[in-house]
Amino acid sequence: MKVPTRRKLQNKITMITAVGSISVLAACSSAGSGGGQSDSTTIRVADYYTDEPSKSIIGEMLDRCGSEAGVTIEREAVPSGDYLSKVLQQSSSKSLPDIQMLDAQDLPAIAETGALAPLSEREVSTNTIGESVLSLGTSGGELYGLAPTVGTIVMFTNTDMLQEAGVSVPETWDDLKTAAEKLTDGDRYGIAITAKNTGEATYAYLPLLWSNGGSEDDLSSREAQEALQFEVDLVKDGVASNSVVQWGNSDVGDQFLNGNAAIAIMSATQMSKLNDDPELNYEITSIPVPELGDDHVAPIGGEVWTLPRTGDDERENKAEEVLSCIVSNETQLSLAESRLVVPANPDLDEEYLKTFPHLVSYVETVRDGRSRTALLETEWPKTNQAIWEAVQSAITGQKTVSDALSDAAK
Amino acid sequence: MTNVSPDTMTETDHGAQGGPGRKKRARASVSRERRNAAAQWAFVVPALIYIALFFAYPVIKNLVMSFQDYTASSFYTGEAPLVGFSNYVTVLSGDQFFPTLRNSLVFTVGSIVGQFSLGLLAAVFFRRRFPLSTFLRSLLLLPWLLPVIVATALWRSLMDQDSGAINTVLNALGLIDTGIPWLSSPSIALLSVIIVNIWIGIPFNVAILYGGLQDIPDELYEAASLDGAGPWRSFRSITWPLLRPTVTVVMLLGVIYTLRSLDVVLGLTRGGPANSTQTLPTLSYFQSFQQFEFGQGAATSNILIVIAFVFALFYLRTSRRDITA
Repeated sequence: MKVPTRRKLQNKITMITAVGSISVLAACSSAGSGGGQSDSTTIRVADYYTDEPSKSIIGEMLDRCGSEAGVTIEREAVPSGDYLSKVLQQSSSKSLPDIQMLDAQDLPAIAETGALAPLSEREVSTNTIGESVLSLGTSGGELYGLAPTVGTIVMFTNTDMLQEAGVSVPETWDDLKTAAEKLTDGDRYGIAITAKNTGEATYAYLPLLWSNGGSEDDLSSREAQEALQFEVDLVKDGVASNSVVQWGNSDVGDQFLNGNAAIAIMSATQMSKLNDDPELNYEITSIPVPELGDDHVAPIGGEVWTLPRTGDDERENKAEEVLSCIVSNETQLSLAESRLVVPANPDLDEEYLKTFPHLVSYVETVRDGRSRTALLETEWPKTNQAIWEAVQSAITGQKTVSDALSDAAK
Repeated sequence: MTNVSPDTMTETDHGAQGGPGRKKRARASVSRERRNAAAQWAFVVPALIYIALFFAYPVIKNLVMSFQDYTASSFYTGEAPLVGFSNYVTVLSGDQFFPTLRNSLVFTVGSIVGQFSLGLLAAVFFRRRFPLSTFLRSLLLLPWLLPVIVATALWRSLMDQDSGAINTVLNALGLIDTGIPWLSSPSIALLSVIIVNIWIGIPFNVAILYGGLQDIPDELYEAASLDGAGPWRSFRSITWPLLRPTVTVVMLLGVIYTLRSLDVVLGLTRGGPANSTQTLPTLSYFQSFQQFEFGQGAATSNILIVIAFVFALFYLRTSRRDITA
């Protein structure tokens, strides 16, 4: 082993700066990836579906849509952790692909840069997209992106455990609390919910906030406090584990799958994992509301496909054709069925539910759902973080519910 | 650069062929000097280019960025208005800055103390030759071979409060009644992150300290034992003083490496729960990539650089002293 030298030290300092200065990389990569602009027989597409089975499902879909438009798709799948910095780099070096997929939460920030073309300037039909789904791709009153499918957060209940404990599927907050108490038994918790310090904690808090009549732009309100107090009490009463602050959707899915929790509040996409276990009987319903008759309002999430400005008419036309194919009814249905998400077009509900009759609540929740960025747009990323910090501070007892939320409202 | 040498070569060839002559000899020596200078530059220039490209440019860019209102839009438009010190003011007056600074210092000191003392212990232990010692020593390098992201995922499951292996073992041994919330309690999480970082850092310490120990001549120990020195006395009077230069290197590199370490914290806790393990690098990361306030992120990382730089100066001074001594 060589003793590190001064050079190595300089390397280290260089690495420290890397966090703050990714634009440097952008400057370096600008020469490389910007080429081939005039070739309109290939279309560059970027997305973050790097895991199977989504990777192949999306890949096949893109190839099919490409061949329909008479172009070859040059696809780049970048891991989601590196995705946004890659988008920013490429926007800096003006080398964004012809079609760019984005997490709907990031759309306002990217749209604000001016890198994306408003779809009103392009020829893409939007009549296959439901209204709430259109709002996912809208910022500043302009539509920039379209999602062929969407997902949301729902409640999973373990049918056998509920039956054994003589509990029916809870519909109100009180029901949920009582059910969770009855279902807590030995090593098993009544309920698992995600409260990880990522957007996942926020994702799980929003349905409580919204169905209680609260709003993300008024976090110090009584409604917001009640919603958080409800979540905090689940942990405090011991019906949910302290570990919820570490659990993301996937961890909650594991807890539910392993029988460590009888009820799980998590992203509906966890379904695909649960379906691998034929022994597990579960039901999906909307997340309970404060009182019977209150509206179910849950956040919807998904990936929107956008058209960056490339300045090449021919390629832009081809990209429009490919995007139109991505959001066509046919693509929506096949993606929704293979990835267990909901088609963007409400007209397809009937056909979708023919294949998946047990997903009625899931589909209804999506139709009544709301986009997280619709209200705050470019301010959302900060509020998103403020909410997950408040959820964690209150659950761990670092702050009272009202302090945590008034800090978040700052 | 390579173009220079053939020219000077022919010139000296001419000088050699054209008979003696004082003038010619002088010209030859000038050209030899020039050739030497060119050769020296040829060695220096790659390093200079490297430093300018990968060291000076990022640092300067980062410095400029920290005085700009640099947002996501700035990447596309290239426009980032100068805002003076306002990013620094925002960062320093934020609720999170000082708790984060404190976490960073505790994390760094805790990790270094743990890594170094355990690393030194292991290094001294492996100095003795015994069956399988080489094999065991290479096993010790294992944490180094695992990608940090894999290691942290592993530790996350080991440290789970309800089903983690650590609590299960402690419980079976009767040491605890209820599971320790390793990563889910704000008062324990930082300690847990330090423990994991110590585990990750031990191989680095062992490897370098072991190398330093190899340089200490065995005769000294033999002489000491003839004089009746016990193991503790040998360590204090031989090992420690002779190992000092290596110790300085390990310590200072360790400090800088730990101070800027992002992946361990991101992988284990992402700075949570409730920001209890937030360090300066993670704070900078969140400011840049969650809030899109790249100016603030740059300001935070510059503060980090200044702190690291102080240690770097220390390192340069002590290493110079060690060389001259």
